[in-house]
Amino acid sequence: MSHPILTVEDVSKTYDGFRAITNLTFYLFEGELRTVIGPNGAGKSTFFDLITGRAKPDKGRIEFGSSAPGIDLTALNEYEINRLGVGRKFQTPSVYVEHTVWNNLVLSLKGPRGVFASLFQRLSSTDRDRLDELLKLIRLDAKRHWKAGLLAHGEKQWLEIGMLLAAEPKVLLVDEPAAGMTDEETHRTGELLISLAGRHSIIVIEHDMTFVRQIARDNNVTVLHQGSVLCEGKFDEVQSNQKVREVYLGRGKHGNR
Amino acid sequence: MSSPEAGRSFLRSRHAEFMVVSAGLVLMGVGFPVLNAHGLLSDFTITLWGKYLCYALLAISVDLLWGYTGLLSLGQALFFSLGGYMFGMYLMLLIGPLGSYAKAGQNPAGLPDFMVFLGHTFLPPFWRPFHSFSFAVMMVFALPGVLALVFGFLAFRSRIKGVYFSILTQALTYGACLMFFRNDLTMGGNNGFTDFKFLLGHSLVDKDTGPATMRGLFIASAVVVLSVCLFCHWLNGTKFGLVRQAIRDGENRVLFSGYATANYKLFVFVAAAMIAAVGGALFVPQAGIINPDQMTPAKSIEAVVWVAVGGRGTLIGPIIGAIGINALRSWATHAYPDSWLIILGTIFLVVVLFLPGGVVSLPAKIMALWRARRASPAPAVAATKPAPDRA
Repeated sequence: MSHPILTVEDVSKTYDGFRAITNLTFYLFEGELRTVIGPNGAGKSTFFDLITGRAKPDKGRIEFGSSAPGIDLTALNEYEINRLGVGRKFQTPSVYVEHTVWNNLVLSLKGPRGVFASLFQRLSSTDRDRLDELLKLIRLDAKRHWKAGLLAHGEKQWLEIGMLLAAEPKVLLVDEPAAGMTDEETHRTGELLISLAGRHSIIVIEHDMTFVRQIARDNNVTVLHQGSVLCEGKFDEVQSNQKVREVYLGRGKHGNR
Repeated sequence: MSSPEAGRSFLRSRHAEFMVVSAGLVLMGVGFPVLNAHGLLSDFTITLWGKYLCYALLAISVDLLWGYTGLLSLGQALFFSLGGYMFGMYLMLLIGPLGSYAKAGQNPAGLPDFMVFLGHTFLPPFWRPFHSFSFAVMMVFALPGVLALVFGFLAFRSRIKGVYFSILTQALTYGACLMFFRNDLTMGGNNGFTDFKFLLGHSLVDKDTGPATMRGLFIASAVVVLSVCLFCHWLNGTKFGLVRQAIRDGENRVLFSGYATANYKLFVFVAAAMIAAVGGALFVPQAGIINPDQMTPAKSIEAVVWVAVGGRGTLIGPIIGAIGINALRSWATHAYPDSWLIILGTIFLVVVLFLPGGVVSLPAKIMALWRARRASPAPAVAATKPAPDRA
């Protein structure tokens, strides 16, 4: 059996007594496209925070790397984890609004990240080709000189995905990519993510069930509830799971929890 | 990097902005001394504008941090003064036999007057190397640089941001100010250093040769401002410039893109400290005095006002702001001595409320209005985007 590229084992995280994540165990395998769903407050964003170093777990193991032993991510900070090849897209599009689309991608391009390197680094022609290619992929070719702040919401989401790809990460963590998009844009985003699977290992957090159905296909869906994995399986299995139905549908009846 | 970056000032490209700044400084650096040598410009004016140029360096250091990186430092007056004090120590030791006590034959050890006054009989050891000009110049950079390095390292590593960073830099400045007020620091106490006579063998006070020295200092100030502008211009064009601005606009994204943002901020903080310090070092011989009053948080805040009024995040803004406000002050403190602070406060309020991009954004605003008028009923696509309101 192959070793998972991302190992999360028995992880817990408490914020001021609130148990955001409880004994969570999760594996992501190379090339996999995994969708994570769950009601509000299920701990989805905290889950990403823990992987990317924004938050440190109270206990448990988070490791990265497809051969054992993996690299312990709990000992590293945000930029070190990113440099290993873990890219994260935030829920609200976070692009550099004062920079052009082009410069947003330049800043994200894989390469040295040090202060002194940045003083003397120049774009190579390979870099330029790569940026052109990315601009086409995210369909912002014609707007490359636009300030990112002037883009529409959906375009910002795409730009941020493009920025992630520019860094050529091994693992992509994508938080609600379809938020604020039209149906057509959502569909296209889904197609893009599907096409990326295989080359990258991807975790997508999403609320939009049509979108989840689109990208889940034969892949696994993980349902988070109160900071733990409620169930894991194919989309149809998950959808027909009694516990999942209770969590999603029963909340109204019994109040919150 | 290649893509066009629309500047925020009235000059569309940053290259044009740099050319205008350079032309202005060269014109001033050559024109003023020539006019002065021919008696068409008073010695007083030369010294006054020399001081403005030093203040411009202080303003540029504020802009580098606040305008470009989003770090509002209220400690730049400290670095300015430290640079001034380091150079002042050298100037103090050059006074020698021309000091008041020495003239009266009461200063056999050749100490600065304030030390004789306080009853010292020998020069404190840390003063001794300041007999050397090159050592003093080195210390102008080294002391503020090291202080900024240590303070910045601790602050940025602990991820101190926004208003907390401002408060800490203010506290640092205030602490240092109180320290320099103490006589037992042997840095002149509340009177500071004054009564300078010579600089590198040239008299600062002589009726015949003094004005030439002042012209030299003026030219030196213009050259330094020009060099600093060149440095800033170069920095803006590097990837470092992009990262720095990205930190201002969204530090999280930068951090999650693999950049150790603390190191970038530290670099800017140290560079800004040194720029302010060299401004202070040039200020002291031209002003003829340095004392702890220059080191207060209020002075730092004043520099922030210059930058806000001139236009932050631009090359030309802080220079216009520093020269403009100080020229206004020179005039107003004569014409309306009691109302200067009210005038300054009003200007600041007006800029914050109606002109967040500063004076340099005014032409673009007028152009946009004019275009909107002409092009109505079509929706006005303003040439300027609304200036961001970041503190």
